[in-house]
Amino acid sequence: MSELFKLTLSDITAKLKAREVSAVELATEGLALCEAAQPKLNAFTAFDADKTLAMAKASDEKLARGEGGLIEGAPLAIKDLFAVEGVDTAASSNILKGFKPTYESSVTAKLWENGGVFLCKTSMDEFAMGSSNETSNTGPVNNPWKGPNGEMLTPGGSSGGSAAAVAADLCFGATGTDTGGSIRQPAAFTGTVGVKATYGRTSRWGTVAFASSLDHPGPFAKTVKDSALMLQAMSGHDPKDSTSLPNDVPDFVAAVGGSVKGLRIGVPKEYRVDGMPAEIDEAWQKGIDWLKAAGCEIVDISLPHTKYALPAYYIVAPAEASSNLARYDGMRYGNRVEGENLNATYENTRGAGFGHEVQRRIMIGTYVLSAGYYDAYYLRAQKVRTRILQDFEQAFEKVDAVLTPSAPSAAFELGSKSDDPIAMYLNDVFTVTANLAGLPAMSVPAGVDKDGLPLGLQIITPALDEETMFKVGAAIEDSAGFVAKPENWWS
Amino acid sequence: MSVTADDVRRIARLARIAEPTDRVEALVGELNGILSWIEQLNEVDVEGVEAMTTPVKFPLPQRADEVTDGNCRDKVLANAPCSDEGFFVVPKSVE
Repeated sequence: MSELFKLTLSDITAKLKAREVSAVELATEGLALCEAAQPKLNAFTAFDADKTLAMAKASDEKLARGEGGLIEGAPLAIKDLFAVEGVDTAASSNILKGFKPTYESSVTAKLWENGGVFLCKTSMDEFAMGSSNETSNTGPVNNPWKGPNGEMLTPGGSSGGSAAAVAADLCFGATGTDTGGSIRQPAAFTGTVGVKATYGRTSRWGTVAFASSLDHPGPFAKTVKDSALMLQAMSGHDPKDSTSLPNDVPDFVAAVGGSVKGLRIGVPKEYRVDGMPAEIDEAWQKGIDWLKAAGCEIVDISLPHTKYALPAYYIVAPAEASSNLARYDGMRYGNRVEGENLNATYENTRGAGFGHEVQRRIMIGTYVLSAGYYDAYYLRAQKVRTRILQDFEQAFEKVDAVLTPSAPSAAFELGSKSDDPIAMYLNDVFTVTANLAGLPAMSVPAGVDKDGLPLGLQIITPALDEETMFKVGAAIEDSAGFVAKPENWWS
Repeated sequence: MSVTADDVRRIARLARIAEPTDRVEALVGELNGILSWIEQLNEVDVEGVEAMTTPVKFPLPQRADEVTDGNCRDKVLANAPCSDEGFFVVPKSVE
């Protein structure tokens, strides 16, 4: 196992800049590490070694001239939802199997402009619909962390491959997308840092759409500082996405390590849910104690509509998905399955191309948008969403940030929840509120449970205030001193 | 509200998904489970509440009405399941 790949993104970029290591050397090693790990972790969906080495070579040339961007030369893993020019981009779905974009997503384009080197595409739940990475058309991803008796665990989802790649030290950062918790829950399950910024900070252009009003591209990283660096390199206005924020991007990295003294931290009573393991509660209490010790004021708050967030999400997200996924008709791109007439071709194409979970969500979405039900379901859910945002706005009159657990459990065994959609959906109970409200939120590793599995804490801040989120995240990270690593069984 | 097997077939048809013959009964159970779970939204008082469309309010950007893209036929066709002579080939749709 490489020592270099154990370094953080900040450290490796410093080494690259100092020419202590070359980007080509690093990329070559990264490709070998990922290839060796693939049969064990099943985290990757595509490689393009020529592209990787060409990008690394270009980085070396820039670095040799004393130039180079924020993350020049650092190999990154890219969720299979982001279009990478010339590289298979299938959203882990059979309907897009073999699709090679002739364009680059805005987020990856920004990462490459800032010096990132494409290393691999990572597996995910099909079309980002899932919380365990089990709906991927390439099969489940194994969490680098195993259960107490060697059980294979889910890395979480939907961005499970990216989370696993960062946790296993196979890259220096990764992209994910978070529609209901798909970055923060896998981050919590793998002992990594996962961030979604304010809705609109990162462009959705060139990212396969799931639920457009909820989709947030964001980073996975090994540390809070790295996550700030990654977000910095991904963010910014994009004229190609009409919901992209026109605001300037603050210096996220500078916020890391800033004092949290005097910050008011809200602790919402509604996040203490039935059946939550005591260890999650204990981790949360520790987080509260750490912030108190760092000089924060702890304030009990109420977010009364929290319990309605998931049901509202399971109307809004499928409704938008059924509309977004209507484009997969087998005509202009994607795989076609012929039928005896045009309608039969559409039906066969979509029947064969979409997996069960995706079909289920399209059908829910179609139902709630169908004639006579729009007001009862979709419109009501959008109004409930306003209520959830109002809860936060009222809370943020009294507090600067909200602290909660990231997920209601540690990583669970693969296969243990795949038969019960609602049990699976409940994974997102703590994360989904920030998607509905469009607020910045991150998961930071806070400790391990009795089985030695990582647990995460979530920090939510007001819209456009990622800086406070990073400050609080870094304070948690400092106090937690989380250094646990899974034993390496994959290389 | 609850759905029947006929409803599932109708929804599948609306969604242009081939009838999931061996999954219809399972889907009735799954969809009803989800639909009854989301019924709890009826408890929320949404009187006078505006539907949320976007979380951060800013004016919808506009740009000059000019052509910014094009002349890339081969790129557009690159992923077509079937194409010929620079055109998409699709099933016959006009009788």
